[in-house]
Amino acid sequence: MSEHGVLEELMRGSLDHCVKCTICETQCPVSNVSPLFPGPKYEGPQAERYRISDEPSVDPSVDYCSGCGICSLACPQGVKIAEINSQARNRLKQQKGIPLRDRIITRPTWLGRLGTPAAPLANLTIESKPARIIGEKVLKVHRDAAAPRFAGRRFSRWAKNHPSPATGRKILYFHGCGTEYYEPWEGEKVMQILEHNGFEVIVPKQDCCGLPLQSSGLFDDARKVILRRGREFAPYLREDPNLLVVGNATSCTLMLKREAREILSLEDDPDLKLLSERTYDICELLLELHDRGELKTDFKPVNEHIFYHAPCQQQGHWIGKPALELFALIPGLKVTEGNARCCGIAGTYGLKVEKYDIAMAVGADLFGQVKASGAGEVACDSETCRWQITHATGQKSVHPIDYLHRAYGL
Amino acid sequence: MRGELHYDAVVIGAGTAGLTAGARLAEGGARVCVVAKGVGSTHLAPATIDVLGYTPARVASPAAALEELAALRPDHPYALLGGETVAESLRWFRAAVESGPSMPGYRYVGDLDRNHLLPTAVGALRPSALVPETMAGGDMATDAPASVCIVGSRSLRDFHAGLCAANLGRAGIEARAVDIEIEVTRADENTVGMARRFDDPAWRADFAARLALKLGAEERIGMPAMLGARDPHGAWADLEQRLGRAVFEIPTLPPSVPGMRLFEILRSALRRAGGRLILGPEVVSYERSGSRIVSVATASAGHDAHYAAPWFVLASGGFGSGAIELDSRWATHERVLGLPLRGLPDAGEPRFVGDYLAEQPMARVGVAVDGELRAEGAENVLVAGAGLPGAVPWREGSGEGIALASGSHAARFVLAHSGAHAGAAA
Repeated sequence: MSEHGVLEELMRGSLDHCVKCTICETQCPVSNVSPLFPGPKYEGPQAERYRISDEPSVDPSVDYCSGCGICSLACPQGVKIAEINSQARNRLKQQKGIPLRDRIITRPTWLGRLGTPAAPLANLTIESKPARIIGEKVLKVHRDAAAPRFAGRRFSRWAKNHPSPATGRKILYFHGCGTEYYEPWEGEKVMQILEHNGFEVIVPKQDCCGLPLQSSGLFDDARKVILRRGREFAPYLREDPNLLVVGNATSCTLMLKREAREILSLEDDPDLKLLSERTYDICELLLELHDRGELKTDFKPVNEHIFYHAPCQQQGHWIGKPALELFALIPGLKVTEGNARCCGIAGTYGLKVEKYDIAMAVGADLFGQVKASGAGEVACDSETCRWQITHATGQKSVHPIDYLHRAYGL
Repeated sequence: MRGELHYDAVVIGAGTAGLTAGARLAEGGARVCVVAKGVGSTHLAPATIDVLGYTPARVASPAAALEELAALRPDHPYALLGGETVAESLRWFRAAVESGPSMPGYRYVGDLDRNHLLPTAVGALRPSALVPETMAGGDMATDAPASVCIVGSRSLRDFHAGLCAANLGRAGIEARAVDIEIEVTRADENTVGMARRFDDPAWRADFAARLALKLGAEERIGMPAMLGARDPHGAWADLEQRLGRAVFEIPTLPPSVPGMRLFEILRSALRRAGGRLILGPEVVSYERSGSRIVSVATASAGHDAHYAAPWFVLASGGFGSGAIELDSRWATHERVLGLPLRGLPDAGEPRFVGDYLAEQPMARVGVAVDGELRAEGAENVLVAGAGLPGAVPWREGSGEGIALASGSHAARFVLAHSGAHAGAAA
């Protein structure tokens, strides 16, 4: 078998569709604020022509791509710009070596398992200025970067003790690491909303989707991780052809749906193919249920004004913004839709000491809009983006399903 | 069906035609979803609303010329749409710009009675009916246009003030060029990066002070269209006030900053009226039942997403966007819904002629439509914008006028007829 899969060849081949129209350059959040990244057109379809597999990478600036994917979203010619850049970054990392930091912060499972039992101490460390300065010196994680607090309990433990009532209408839940270690209450809400709508929620044994590893260019490790997820979920999906997988961590569900297969060249893996086809983002699923008349709409008024930011990874699902359609079902809820492109964090990008300032500059548009809107809270589908928004604006940020949960009175 | 959503109307394409159709459908109370493979033509075009510039002689008054064109070419989109539809769509557009909350004060000026003559980046004069107020000061369609000073910067590689001024001079306009240094941190700084600088009042004040030192007494100031991304009216008005004279923007090579504003204006009109916009996925297949399209499918992540509706508006463009293609076997296709085309040269006839700028035999190809711009063989599909047959927008200077009018017509037709099919897809 050739080194590259069919999808990877198609992806690389898409650069021939580039007509140099510069639309991606108008959209790139990073190149619009930093000269360190020359922009998606230059870095993608142009530089890719000069990258030959075994030869040194032509330009290290590709490491400054945050991988947000907005360029691919906006391209009217279907060029897979972000995906091309992601693979180029991987090859660059292979040549230059992976920093210790990237080997650590890309493993939420390690961090979670270490931090959860010692949560009070771990959280103190995260909040301690001297500790963060040491962290910055040793690990190159910026001292001010948004860092979540360990919940001190794990969602999967809670789920084990709260099995769904058996309704026969089953659905699999992929909760992701954010829910597992930092925001277990989000997972509880997802389960309660699904159960309220008659689903029997099954939480299979699971772990990280591998996205942090992939986005930092550790492709081999990312492949090992995601292939394990495929092996865990596929047996359920084979047994029941109508069974779906739903997730609230929108970047993780995008990884399951597309990025693992496309960027990690795993399109031939049958388990991942099945997982990819059956995975739904939670808001996508609920909107489809509503379209079929199957979503309960016994919503009580939520008299609040919120700001909604659709994160880049949610936009990467190519399904529009289903959260907005769901908000429209809730009486009393006033929503200001932001039109800023990115909060800057891009997973772990904004944590890195050399990229923190860029990430904050990227997010400045969004933070300004949040403040100017006069809204109380911010709704956003991705946990790392929520942490970044709260870090920069001081305003509480929650997943869109929080408002459904409140409106249902659960 | 799994992965299917139902709407009153689905619009394919997010250029001027598609966003206009989508916004007006939503304003009329329809549940509408606009799906598009990417950002549309707006970001590449000058963002002036060119209704009719050449027939082939240069047009001074589009209103009169529209009637003559309709009589001469009964298959032209304008002949099918009628002058009142064109005029009404322009009125709607102006109101949509002025009621948009995102760029306070930004507006378009002009009407069908006369064309402006605006300098292009290379100093040619281009006729356009409705133009951003920030460009209107460059109008040369007056008896004695005042002299102009074209301001450029060596830091912006894609705009050459000297070339622009020299060519204006050849057209009999007193013009000169000055260069103002703009500090950049990258070699390939473009208009978008420049526009962000002009949003900053302190930076703008410094720029104006340095420019003022180089100005003569009676000159108008022409600058590349990059006077502000977030608050263009504020930036433009502030510069006029600081310099004490007319300042006008000149459309540039892509990326087009005024085009980005236009996209935002139309996108925001769609969203405010409650319409959905799904950006990213290409329409990869469709379901047909007899003479009706039932649903279209897009390649969203993981699985296809299906959008079903009793009405569709096809605003996916023509050859330029790739929605109509000429393949390597010389066969021509409409790629989105597989619809029949009109305007193709007969078998054996040449498709192209040697003179690049001459009337090309393929130039008027478009989706075959009836008098209501419904696609032949698909009675619930309205066609809007560059996919329509019978026009040569780049020669006529008619692209945005056709887009606005046909997008508006599609919305009006669907709203008027949707009662008959309401619930058909449910």
